[in-house]
Amino acid sequence: MQTFDLEAQGLRALNAALHALKGQTNMTAWEVVNPRGAHAIAAGVDALVDVTVRGSTGYYCAGMNKLATIRVKGSAGPGVAENMMSGTVIIDGDASQYAGATGRGGLLVIKGNASSRCGISMKGIDIVVHGSIGHMSAFMAQSGNLVVLGDAGDALGDSLYEARIFVRGRVKSLGADCIEKEMRDEHYAALEDLLRRGEADAKARPEEFRRYGSARKLYTFNIDNASSY
Amino acid sequence: MTDLPRTPPRYSATFTPAVNAEIRRAAATGIYDIRGGGTKRHLPHFDDLLFLGASISRYPLEGYREKCATDVWLGTRHAKKPIHLEIPVTIAGMSFGALSGPAKEALGRGATMAGTSTTTGDGGMTEEERGHSKTLVYQYLPSRYGMNPDDLRRADAIEIVVGQGAKPGGGGMLLGQKISDRVATMRNLPKGIDQRSACRHPDWTGPDDLEIKIMELREITDWEKPIYVKVGGARPYYDTALAVKAGADVVVVDGMQGGTAATQDVFIEHVGMPILACIPQAVKALQDLGMHRKVQLIVSGGIRSGADVAKALALGADAVAIGTAALIALGDNDPRWEEEYQKLGTTADAYDDWHEGRDPAGITTQDPDLYSRFDPILGGRRLKNYLKVMTLEAQTIARACGKNHLHNLEPEDLCALTIEAAAMAGVPIAGTSWIPGRTGF
Ligand SMILES: Cc1cc2nc3c(=O)[nH]c(=O)nc-3n(C[C@H](O)[C@H](O)[C@H](O)COP(=O)(O)O)c2cc1C
Repeated sequence: MQTFDLEAQGLRALNAALHALKGQTNMTAWEVVNPRGAHAIAAGVDALVDVTVRGSTGYYCAGMNKLATIRVKGSAGPGVAENMMSGTVIIDGDASQYAGATGRGGLLVIKGNASSRCGISMKGIDIVVHGSIGHMSAFMAQSGNLVVLGDAGDALGDSLYEARIFVRGRVKSLGADCIEKEMRDEHYAALEDLLRRGEADAKARPEEFRRYGSARKLYTFNIDNASSY
Repeated sequence: MTDLPRTPPRYSATFTPAVNAEIRRAAATGIYDIRGGGTKRHLPHFDDLLFLGASISRYPLEGYREKCATDVWLGTRHAKKPIHLEIPVTIAGMSFGALSGPAKEALGRGATMAGTSTTTGDGGMTEEERGHSKTLVYQYLPSRYGMNPDDLRRADAIEIVVGQGAKPGGGGMLLGQKISDRVATMRNLPKGIDQRSACRHPDWTGPDDLEIKIMELREITDWEKPIYVKVGGARPYYDTALAVKAGADVVVVDGMQGGTAATQDVFIEHVGMPILACIPQAVKALQDLGMHRKVQLIVSGGIRSGADVAKALALGADAVAIGTAALIALGDNDPRWEEEYQKLGTTADAYDDWHEGRDPAGITTQDPDLYSRFDPILGGRRLKNYLKVMTLEAQTIARACGKNHLHNLEPEDLCALTIEAAAMAGVPIAGTSWIPGRTGF
């Protein structure tokens, strides 16, 4: 285990060192101490590396992550794992706005709550939130899965494309073109797998969730829907 | 009945035939008009400015003997690898999706031969474009279609798009006819749907967030790439100042004449300011911050000739970008396709239904039958020729003004033909020392 003191060594040195791991084949473990809410911690990593951040992070922790497993032993600021491509990001605490925004792959697990716009514009990422999520989550979400063990705020899935949303608790309101959909066998199976990978299988069972998706009414511009655009 | 003189039919200047036709169209369809291109109405523009040329008080440079340099450095503020272009005319961002793959290839070929850069667009980076562009600017847009760290790293610069001159405050649209399998896959969307791009970035709001976003992009790319911020010409003084404060290396200001692939006509014609009004404001913001020439300014919106380039540079820009003119150089709106334009209910030089994907010239389309008409090698050569001509024209003017670099052109080399242009550009009306709003009244 390599220990990196962010306060002493600085962000640039950390990210440069992590980027230099590109292409390595054996998994190495790194520990980042004294993060003190710094922004862009472990952004742009592209290697099989296990990074544990001991404390809370600022904006865009693990941004555009590829392959790495990044664990935050604290809470994460806005845009955690934004545009993630692959790998796994696990937040022990809460996540601020835009968690997993535009993410294209990989798995984001938030053990606490996520704020507004969780999964906004997501494009293939899987997000599992153990707590609740704020308003406008999954806005314009294109693909991937958003699993919420708690409640969802206003306007869930507004202008949704093909992403799937599973919520166990209460949904305050659905956004334009987002509707509840039937849970079929394939969804139970997918959800079971997501809960297991999201370290939430001990907390919830697939049968407890409802599924939400796109009504696909806004897919072709139609003047009768003008008030929904 | 005697033949008494009659009042001839008189059209209203308010309710013109064109206005009435639009009212009828709206009444019949219930939907606003969507089109491509830029503002079509008359606006104060570079045509309203003239160069003074040298005489006794200033002497000119010899046309073919004395050098007039044209190169420009972009991104010298923070980037480890700033960009060096041979000419100050760049190719603006136009999306793959709006344009065909071969058209993107031609832009790359032409720009590279002419020694300048090209830019991706809303829809991600294509191999055609990366492969054929020596210098490629990668756009970072609200939609983030196709965004990924590998393309960020193989770009030569990153352009954060906040807005566009054709539609400051609006998002993109690409209608279903143009969402082919390839476009759909790149954007991760179902094929054939009418697709809307967001108008705000998903993971930042406001100048303080933008600063952190720029820092993140620099970290991801190890501080190598110049980072541009592109804004639509609406509040250029404040937008430029805020972009500089947020850490931009280059500010791109796109005036309301700027083209688009598809937007509501009402947006194109009624939102934003002419580029003439934007440049002095952006330059003033840079000067007030002590950043003029340290943070570079690229301007666009209706640039057509070397004279326009010279005027933009004289007002203080470091470089310009062209969209529409580049498409015309490639062959868009060419009278050779007149028969087909007629079938589409339009005519060459007026065709603007780029969003429908039926472009006879094969440029703004995803239809293989149409885009295979377009030869990217020939198109690239035509673009190179055009860029060379623009550069020669700008040099001709600069030498006549006694300048050995295009960047030495200055507002003092200009005068204006109209009060509007004088006020916007901040140069005196020809034959006077009057700059409305600045000198006298
Ligand atoms: C077909 C077309 C597609 C465009 N696509 C984009 C785009 O994806 N992103 C963007 O920032 N601007 C886009 N623009 C705007 C150009 O980048 C540029 O601002 C504008 O064309 C400059 O004005 P001009 O056309 O008068 O030269 C597009 C313009 C055209 C004509």
